[in-house]
Amino acid sequence: MPEREITYANAIKEAMCEEMRRDPDVYFMGEDIGVYRGAFGVSAGMLDEFGPDRVIDTPISETAFVGAGVGSAITGTRPIVELMFSDFMAVCYDQIINQAAKTRYMCGGKVKVPMVIRTPSGGGTGVAAQHSQSLEQMYCHVPGLKVVAPSTPYDAKGLLKSAVRDDNCVIFLEQKLLYHSKGMVPEGEYTIPLGAADVKRDGSDLSVITYGRTVQMSISVADRLAGEGASVEVLDLRTLSPLDEASIIKSVRKTGKVVIVHEAVKFGGFGGEIAGVIADSEAFRCLDAPIKRVGALYSPIPFNPILEKTVLPSEDRIEKAIREIL
Amino acid sequence: MVKDLLFSHSCVCKDRSLLSDKALLRKMLENLMIVRKFEEKVFELFGKGLIHGTIHLGIGEEATGVGTAMALSPDDFMLVTHRGHGQVIGKGCGINGMMAEILAKRTGVCHGRGGSMHIADFDKGILGANGIVGANAPIACGAAMTLKLKGIKNRVSVAFFGDGASNQGAVHESMNFASVKNLPVMFCLINNTYGMSTHISNAVKETDLAKRAAGYGMKSFECDGNDVLAVYETAGKARAHVLGNGPCLLVEHTYRTSGHSKSDGNLYRTKEEIAGWEAVNPVARFSNFLLENKLFTREEIDAADNHTADSIDKAVEYGLSSPDPSPDEVLNNVFA
Repeated sequence: MPEREITYANAIKEAMCEEMRRDPDVYFMGEDIGVYRGAFGVSAGMLDEFGPDRVIDTPISETAFVGAGVGSAITGTRPIVELMFSDFMAVCYDQIINQAAKTRYMCGGKVKVPMVIRTPSGGGTGVAAQHSQSLEQMYCHVPGLKVVAPSTPYDAKGLLKSAVRDDNCVIFLEQKLLYHSKGMVPEGEYTIPLGAADVKRDGSDLSVITYGRTVQMSISVADRLAGEGASVEVLDLRTLSPLDEASIIKSVRKTGKVVIVHEAVKFGGFGGEIAGVIADSEAFRCLDAPIKRVGALYSPIPFNPILEKTVLPSEDRIEKAIREIL
Repeated sequence: MVKDLLFSHSCVCKDRSLLSDKALLRKMLENLMIVRKFEEKVFELFGKGLIHGTIHLGIGEEATGVGTAMALSPDDFMLVTHRGHGQVIGKGCGINGMMAEILAKRTGVCHGRGGSMHIADFDKGILGANGIVGANAPIACGAAMTLKLKGIKNRVSVAFFGDGASNQGAVHESMNFASVKNLPVMFCLINNTYGMSTHISNAVKETDLAKRAAGYGMKSFECDGNDVLAVYETAGKARAHVLGNGPCLLVEHTYRTSGHSKSDGNLYRTKEEIAGWEAVNPVARFSNFLLENKLFTREEIDAADNHTADSIDKAVEYGLSSPDPSPDEVLNNVFA
């Protein structure tokens, strides 16, 4: 299939457009996604192609439009709902946690909630504590939600198409700092199944298990360490819920050493769950060193750029963690 | 004006043609009786320790759910409150499946996964009762969006909520959202004057909740919620308004004579207040109306009474004799 290099943002737009062309029940709703093109320009051109009935600008009412997504999903549509920043999930937590995640189960399985909540996640853009968080672990903890965090344009497109076709509520966490990153993406139709991790860099001495923006950072570190003769594997989880435990265990059994990396606050973060999966499995016996975790410091994201860099994980911190156990 | 009518012992019927539809009147009477007896039976079973968890009864409010739901088309969508037994029975939800659900059985409408607070029957357009006060209003907007997106005409989506829920942001956001997007939503506010124990005068400065509609560019309707005929007629007008003009607010004034839930010690109101409302309860008022206007004979009323009592007994028998869900199935339907 012919490929071309496009940005992460355009890969996401392509996925939405292809799914909206394929299925008239798919529509797109959110704040300033029409003429404005979304806060990050992701939806440029979509209003022109699909019109205001399917690219729906909403009032600044996250509870109303996320809840409306739930209501329309359970009655026969497949909404893609954009939250301008993942931090705004806190504004409509009830509709996600108590409604979208639970409606099917509470009704004894008589209804589906085929809905995607797309939202930019993460820091590094100088917008301080209310527009920079990585909150994925909060959603992974709620049965009934799927959670996806793609690291490349290729994965973003294939995973988003699968998310739209999934019959459950999928929280699709886009990486703000990756929107302008580029990668090769096929021109034609493809999907990537939810719940399948991907070995982004093969290695035999140590496994870095990560997802989202820190995948590329981990690959850069691994490439540097290769010059010193270290063979570091980078496993990109891609989907956090459902979690591809088999791929985690397989990688750890191969290398015997693990560094878990994510941008979210380390304390109480999803890395703890990954470490738990390893400790609970036969991979535990293959460990040759303690499991290391790299995440953000236990702090709200500060505005000052020096302080923000201090709080967020860096390639230096990833390298340091690797060297501690390599 | 509505409040003056609330202590009437009978009903008011503006559209006299309704009175020649005896099948409709019988259905209304039987639905009111079923809702009352159903909830009394649930209360009794709860007292015997046969019902797990909690229950929220709406004894005294029967005419709101029954009259409103009966004014809807069978295909209309409805989002129900946690005090919604009457609302769903009015829409046609079977009481066997409801009783089995409340008894946590596998044969329940939600296979025992939801209980009293989460009755749903998608085949009847009942998209679920909600345990989060006010949270069903955005979902009702979404169901209305489906109607609009798919070009489905002549159907509406109803959000039931109480005076307590009327102060939730979700309800305000939804009224605005439905209004600006011109969605076919009927916001049905059941004003029983208490949010759990908090009297409406302690919850809002302006207690005339119908005035809220104007702020969202909507028309409001109001009725005596203890008069099933008034509810039915007003809900019918409100529904027609939604189909022709867009969303509206319907306020139905009533009173919950039962406690909020099992924990209610009725410390916030007097026995006299409750007794005053019990005397003008909607089941008695409608029965009196039918007798006074010679629409039904005493024998016919008694027959409906016996017939509905039998159906409740059968629902209890069905529920109690149904199997529990199997622990093997507990993880089913977390995901589709």
